[in-house]
Amino acid sequence: MSVVEISRVSKQFGQTTALQGIDLEIGEREFVSLIGPSGCGKSTLLRIIGDLIEPSSGTVVVNGKSARQARNDRDYGIVFQDPVLYDWRTVAKNVALPLEMARWSRQKRNERVRRMLELVELQGFENHRPWQLSGGMQQRVSIARALSFDPALLLMDEPFGALDEMTRERLNIELLKIWEASGSTIVFVTHSITEAVFLSTRVVVMSPRPGQISELIPVDLPQPRTAATREAPSFFELVTHVREALHLGHDLDRAAPVTQEAKA
Amino acid sequence: MRTAALRLGLFVVVLAALWGLWEGYRWLWIHEGWTWPFIVNDTTMPHLSDIFAALWGSASPGGVGPRLITVLVKGALFTAKEAAAGFAIGALVGFALGVFLAHFRLLQRGLLPWVVASQTVPILVVAPMIVVWANPKLPDGLKDWGAVALIAAYLTFFPVTVNTIRGLQSPDRRALELMRSYAAGNWRILWKLRFPAALPYIFAALKVSATASVVGALIGELPSSIPNGLGAQIINFSQYYTTEPRGLWATNVIAAALGISFFLVIVVVEKIVVRRAPENYA
Repeated sequence: MSVVEISRVSKQFGQTTALQGIDLEIGEREFVSLIGPSGCGKSTLLRIIGDLIEPSSGTVVVNGKSARQARNDRDYGIVFQDPVLYDWRTVAKNVALPLEMARWSRQKRNERVRRMLELVELQGFENHRPWQLSGGMQQRVSIARALSFDPALLLMDEPFGALDEMTRERLNIELLKIWEASGSTIVFVTHSITEAVFLSTRVVVMSPRPGQISELIPVDLPQPRTAATREAPSFFELVTHVREALHLGHDLDRAAPVTQEAKA
Repeated sequence: MRTAALRLGLFVVVLAALWGLWEGYRWLWIHEGWTWPFIVNDTTMPHLSDIFAALWGSASPGGVGPRLITVLVKGALFTAKEAAAGFAIGALVGFALGVFLAHFRLLQRGLLPWVVASQTVPILVVAPMIVVWANPKLPDGLKDWGAVALIAAYLTFFPVTVNTIRGLQSPDRRALELMRSYAAGNWRILWKLRFPAALPYIFAALKVSATASVVGALIGELPSSIPNGLGAQIINFSQYYTTEPRGLWATNVIAAALGISFFLVIVVVEKIVVRRAPENYA
């Protein structure tokens, strides 16, 4: 059964067409990355899946029901580029926020928060305030919060975009471990080609004006992925494949070889 | 601990500097015989030490009766009761109005100018009206001082309303989207996100309102001719100013102390209630 079914989705913002004719099906336990240049509508598509904005036309089915119903049933967790932690709450209370909203008992909440902080390796930081943590740690709290209520679907909008390269690579591996352990389906927005290839089971390449899907690239790298994965020849082949797909969908880059010819 | 000692030290230094400024100005003007902007003598600018000494002297010129400080502190406590009640009413009404106007954007556009207009009316004009309107309807226990509390509330509510609106609307788009992703309704968004986010803004307003409520109570006492508060002492000593200037100055000192203690109570409550990143204190 597919977790997300998007059919013929378009989105207009005034005169601008942000998305046009999007068809995409995402299966259970998939890790799908949406990649593309700025303005290709990848974040918009993620928000439509989460029913944070409505499509102008087309339908989105999540877990066999409408996106609206799925949101009301709290079927997905979301992680933004900024951690969006509430700074009047401790780390533990931030992770417990969705559980409070779902009216879990205090005892169940505490138990789950402890387990989630273990998962993201932040034991001992329960009573810290968000501003006392580094950017990478804050983002781990935000992931723990998104996963705390066992959502079937995890939506991530450039979650590591604001972090330095080293922290990002470390969190990539941690995220894959969490994905393994939690068994959820992940839709991941990024504009890093290597990050998309390293994490995903499938990369969705998008192109702008109007935003549409230009290619679906399955990533058949073996699981579990490790630091060594990044050095495998097949990894580089896939990175090249995604890069070319991105450039094909981009008019300016397609024009570049022509000017070179003219020079010659 | 070290910062506390440092702050205390700084406080003492500032106090000494102000004292020096007063006495230095006084000495210079008397010594040079300058008359602009006003003639300086024992009536216009008494020695600060004389003002504080007067607090321990008798309240009445004849030298009999209770000490001045006893009379003034008694008056201050009465005024504090009015100001505190007014502050509580004003803060609650101001907050409720802020929540209401923040929720209904259209009403906000229509009503906020009138809320602003309410503050441009001089309180000296409004105060006697409130006394005349409210007093006959107040039960015996609230007579007179209850009306003064309403006048204090009138000065209190406005900053709270304005900052509550601003604070409730301060969470950014993503913080709100997060709440939406939890299928949160308006009430839960209000209590779990908007209200805590607004607290630093609300406390900034409460600090302004706390001192304003004392001013409101003092002004309110004037037209209501209440004999128990500091307001009556102000009228009393201003009549005798030319013969006994220290009395009015001493009253001034006590009134200032009252305003400052109101402010400090809010600061302490804020420290306990609002736990924010240090840079986020409004």
